[in-house]
Formats: sequence, C-alpha cells, structure tokens
Amino acid sequence: MYVAVKGGEAAIDAAHELLARDRRGDPAAPELSLPQIESQLRLAVDRVMAEGGLYDRRLAALAVKQAAGDLVEAIFLLRAYRTTLPRLAVSLPLETAGMAIARRISAIYKDVPGGQFLGPTFDYTHRLLDFALAEEGSAPTASSVAEDAPNAPLAPVTALLEAEGLVAPEQADPQTPVGDITREPPTYPAERDVRLQTLARGDEGFLLALAYSTQRGYGRNHPFAGEIRSGMVAVEILPEELGFPIAIGEIELTECQMVNQFKGSAREPPQFTRGYGLAFGRSERKAMSMALIDRALRAAEFEEEANAPAQDEEFVLSHADNVEASGFVQHLKLPHYVDFQAELDIIRRLRREDQRREAAE
Amino acid sequence: MSAGYNFAYLDEQTKRMIRRAILKAVAIPGYQVPFAGREMPLPYGWGTGGIQVTASVIGPEDTLKVIDQGADDTTNAVSIRKFFARTAGVRTTTRTTEASIIQTRHRIPETPLKAGQIIVFQVPIPEPLRWLEPREVLTRRMHALGDYGAMHLKLYEDIAHFGRITTAYDYPTLVNARYLMAPSPIPRLDNPKLDRSAALQLFGAGREKRIYALPPHTTVKSLDFEDHPFRVEGWSQPCARCGTRDSYLDEIVIDDRGGRRFVCSDTDYCDGRLAAEARPS
Repeated sequence: MYVAVKGGEAAIDAAHELLARDRRGDPAAPELSLPQIESQLRLAVDRVMAEGGLYDRRLAALAVKQAAGDLVEAIFLLRAYRTTLPRLAVSLPLETAGMAIARRISAIYKDVPGGQFLGPTFDYTHRLLDFALAEEGSAPTASSVAEDAPNAPLAPVTALLEAEGLVAPEQADPQTPVGDITREPPTYPAERDVRLQTLARGDEGFLLALAYSTQRGYGRNHPFAGEIRSGMVAVEILPEELGFPIAIGEIELTECQMVNQFKGSAREPPQFTRGYGLAFGRSERKAMSMALIDRALRAAEFEEEANAPAQDEEFVLSHADNVEASGFVQHLKLPHYVDFQAELDIIRRLRREDQRREAAE
Repeated sequence: MSAGYNFAYLDEQTKRMIRRAILKAVAIPGYQVPFAGREMPLPYGWGTGGIQVTASVIGPEDTLKVIDQGADDTTNAVSIRKFFARTAGVRTTTRTTEASIIQTRHRIPETPLKAGQIIVFQVPIPEPLRWLEPREVLTRRMHALGDYGAMHLKLYEDIAHFGRITTAYDYPTLVNARYLMAPSPIPRLDNPKLDRSAALQLFGAGREKRIYALPPHTTVKSLDFEDHPFRVEGWSQPCARCGTRDSYLDEIVIDDRGGRRFVCSDTDYCDGRLAAEARPS
C-alpha cells in the first residue's frame, strides 16, 4: 500500500519515543502499577472518571499513568475511549437515598435523622507535610475507626424541608425523555437535565472558579450546604424480557444538595430552592461547585435578574468542557502561517498607505 | 489497519448520523446543521470535525489527500493522513488530481477541483456572526431572518477606518443568495475558488458540532459593496521555485538580515509545475 511519507512523519515518531521515555522517568525507580494508582492516587482516578464520563477505575488509572499524571490529558484519553463503546442499556434513575454511606454531612441542622458521618476527609486536617509518609512501609492502623456507618436507607436532609413545604418541590416528569449530551448536539436555551449532564463532565477548576464567583457577588444565591453524601450506590437496569429491575453493580458517588434562600416571585411564595451536584467517586469539591452553578443557572426559572457570568447558560455550558477547551487553546500550536501571511500583507499595505499619506501632507 | 476499531474509526451508527447531517447540509447550502459530534482520538481544534466528515464519506476505494496550510508535509496533515491510513487502510496521495477526497485546513488547492471530488474543510468557528454576537440563540435567529446588517456594518466600518476591508482570512460569504457562511480560515485569495466549484465542498466543526456544505456549482459570493467590490491582492513577485504568479505564496525567512523568499504554499501545485518543466517537451 502506498502511503505518502515526508519529513513530518519521522519527527512525529521521534517525539513520541521521547515522550514514552520521559513518562517512564528514571529506570532505577520502580515502575508504577495500575493497582497502585487505583488505590493510592484514588482521588486522581475519581476526577478522571468524573470528567471522562466513564466509571472504570482500572481504565482511569491507566489513563493517569499514560498521561504521566496530567489529569486533563488523562480525561481526554478516557473520553476518546468512552465514545467508541456500544450502549448496551440505560439504567434506572439512581436511588442516592439508598446509598451505602461513607460520608454524610449537613451544615443546616446540628443533627439530622440518621446522623452525620465525617468519613475519610481532608477537612479538619492541618495541612502540615507529613514527613513520615516520605518513608515507605508506614501502613496506618485503623483500630480507632468505628465501623458504624448506617445500613438502612437515609432520606435526604432536604426531605425535612419538603415535609414542611419550605423548599420548592422537584418532581421529575416521567413522560419527558432525559436528554443525552453524548448523543445530541447542544442547543440553547438548554433544559436542566442537559445542563446538569454538562456540568457533571465539566472541568473542576472552571466550575470551582465560577461557583466561587457567585459567592463573591457575581450572581449571589445565598447557599447553604443542605447535605453532602458519598458512598456506593447500586446501578439497576430493567431488562424488558424480565420485567423487574436487576442490579448490575455499584458505583461510588458524591452528591451535594445546596439549599438556597429565595424571596419569592410573582408566582412563587418565599421558600428555599435547590442546587444539585453529583459526581463519580469522592469528587466533593466538584459536586459542591456544580450545585452552586446549577442554582445560578436557574435564575430565569425563579425570575431573578441574571447578569453574572455564572448565570449565563451559553457562557457556562459552552466553556465547561476541558477536553474541548484544552484542544482549542492548544491548537494555536499548529501552523497558522497562511493566515499570518494574509495578515502581514494587510498590515504592510495599511502602513504603506499611511506613509504615502504622510509624505503627501 | 487497526484491529478492534471499525473501518475509518467511527461506528456505523455514528457515520449514519453524520451522513444524515451532511445530506441536510447539502440540501440547505450554507446552513449550519447541528450534529452530535463524537470525541475523537485527536484533540478538538486539530481537525476533529473534518476527520468525522471524512470518516463518514470515505470508502475503501477512495484516495485521500490531507493538507494543512496548503502543504502535505505539515505535522498535523501527516498525523491525520496517518490516522486514516491506519484506521481505514485507504490509498493516500499528495496529488490533488489523484485524490477523491481532500481534507484541508486553511487552504484550497490551486489546481481546480473536478466533478466527483470531495473537499472537506476543518472549521474552528463555523458561525460567521460569532465575533459580532457571541450568543448562539441570537445568531440562529439572525440567520433565520437573513438579518446580516451587522456584518455589512462591520465591513463598512473597516472601509471608513482603513479605506479597505481588513479581513484577510475567513472572509464572510453569502451562499446561494441566502445564508451567510464562514469559509473557514482560508485566505481571501481562496474565496473565489469556492464559487460554483465542480466539487462537493463539506465543512466540519467538531468542537462546535456543526456541519455545512456547498453542493457542486453553488454560488458563493464574498460580501462587498458596489463602490468597494471584493478583490484579492496578488504578490509583487512570483514563486521563487516554480515562477508562478497566480498562487498563494508563503514568506520564508532565509536569514537574520531580513532576507525573504516567496514560494507556493500549495506544495503539490509547485512540485507539479517544476516536474512539467523538467519533462522534455
């Protein structure tokens, strides 16, 4: 088979060889294994799964290894793999109330039915470098950790407000099919399902900054962390030939429900409203940011003034994806000399005309 | 060919979805058809739209040419050509006349395209009104109403300020006297090649998830004014290699004392002219 080969090809191959050597680093140090990444860099794996849109710890660990720890690159690898997978089934809506709780906190009540569980968290750690970790072979002892996390389903904290009618009800309409951002092109204005999907895959840093901006007055929405919970949730499908749901596995999720003050509108009485965040793994910062932005993007729904960046649906949704953003920003590395030549030509002509005019004056 | 992947990488359902979008685009020349673009194994902004369009129309009998800046040997053109050689096993070529499909970034080949050929443009920003109005909700309405006054105003302001229109590439065009279309960042010298071309011209924007098309022989008019007609500027000198005066030239800096050399950006055209000269008549 004839394949045209020119100068660029050898250069590309050589660059990729260099990259492979770079990734491996000093051969005297032992090579990273996927189980090591999966278990000891688990939060990196969580982020790659969340923004890659694919729940597979092993493949996410492989992506982290292949990307030499560049998480946006790892997310891209996982995303490009995900898009080739066939769609075998669509799950039933996840029941996060039935989550096997590893962590559950609420900031709006001192105590909540079912209790609060700090779980594994960086919160309240003092950020002092732990030099003991620099030594290998220091396994933590778990003797003081009580294994008393609840087993029974725990209703969300917001259910307490719902019972009093103090929070705007949120009922899914089973007749309306749920959108799918991986199969349908984006159109604006978007519905909340599509917004939430886009935010769930959105870049954590971008969402964090936008969420932060709402707290600093650019679209303030008076949030309280109603509840944050992490743990394993069963995934169920309903095969037509069976007629009853079967669990096909479980995934780890972090869910955040923000409760926001709302003074009421022409149609609605004063009440609390909600922002919702959900992410694979223990991506808590991401879930909280997502909830703040979800609420900010509901401004029109609650007849609020919307003039801050976080409230601008097209702005937020069309710039949240880091695979798109990273690619387009970095495409500036590609040759642009034809367009640059055209610009050069225009600038030279304009300057020549200026000089001629000045000479004539 | 790569094991484990479908012919030309994309699965057949995806190709069918893209072909439907292409058919709609051909039926409404210049109209941007939304399509559910997929993640590709190449980054967004590096030709994912063009690659998806090419992957959807290519068959085992096709011969593919890929150019970037007019040249076959620029790194990204090499990378995309390699991608199709690997995933589709198709014949590739650098000759414009031998190709049945030409994927391009930023140029149209100098050699006029023939009936039966397909040229696929990689498009970064498909919306010609984007710089005047960033919101899709509004630009779609402007297209629906044929409300292109803002673009004419922009061109008029250029003339008022500079005495000429300063848009050097991605120069706006009106397709079939109906839709305003971004020709992708080709230099405006290439714009006349779009008009009534015998080839099928397809435009793919992967990140923005839009496809548009010019069926053969569609009229494509570069926007202008009666008293300021559209024109292309030529070079003051010929190509230093082949001596042509009618092609787009790259400026090559040859030393650090301001030395310049101008050669054809279309490497195949330049090589072809040199080969014809060398041939004994």
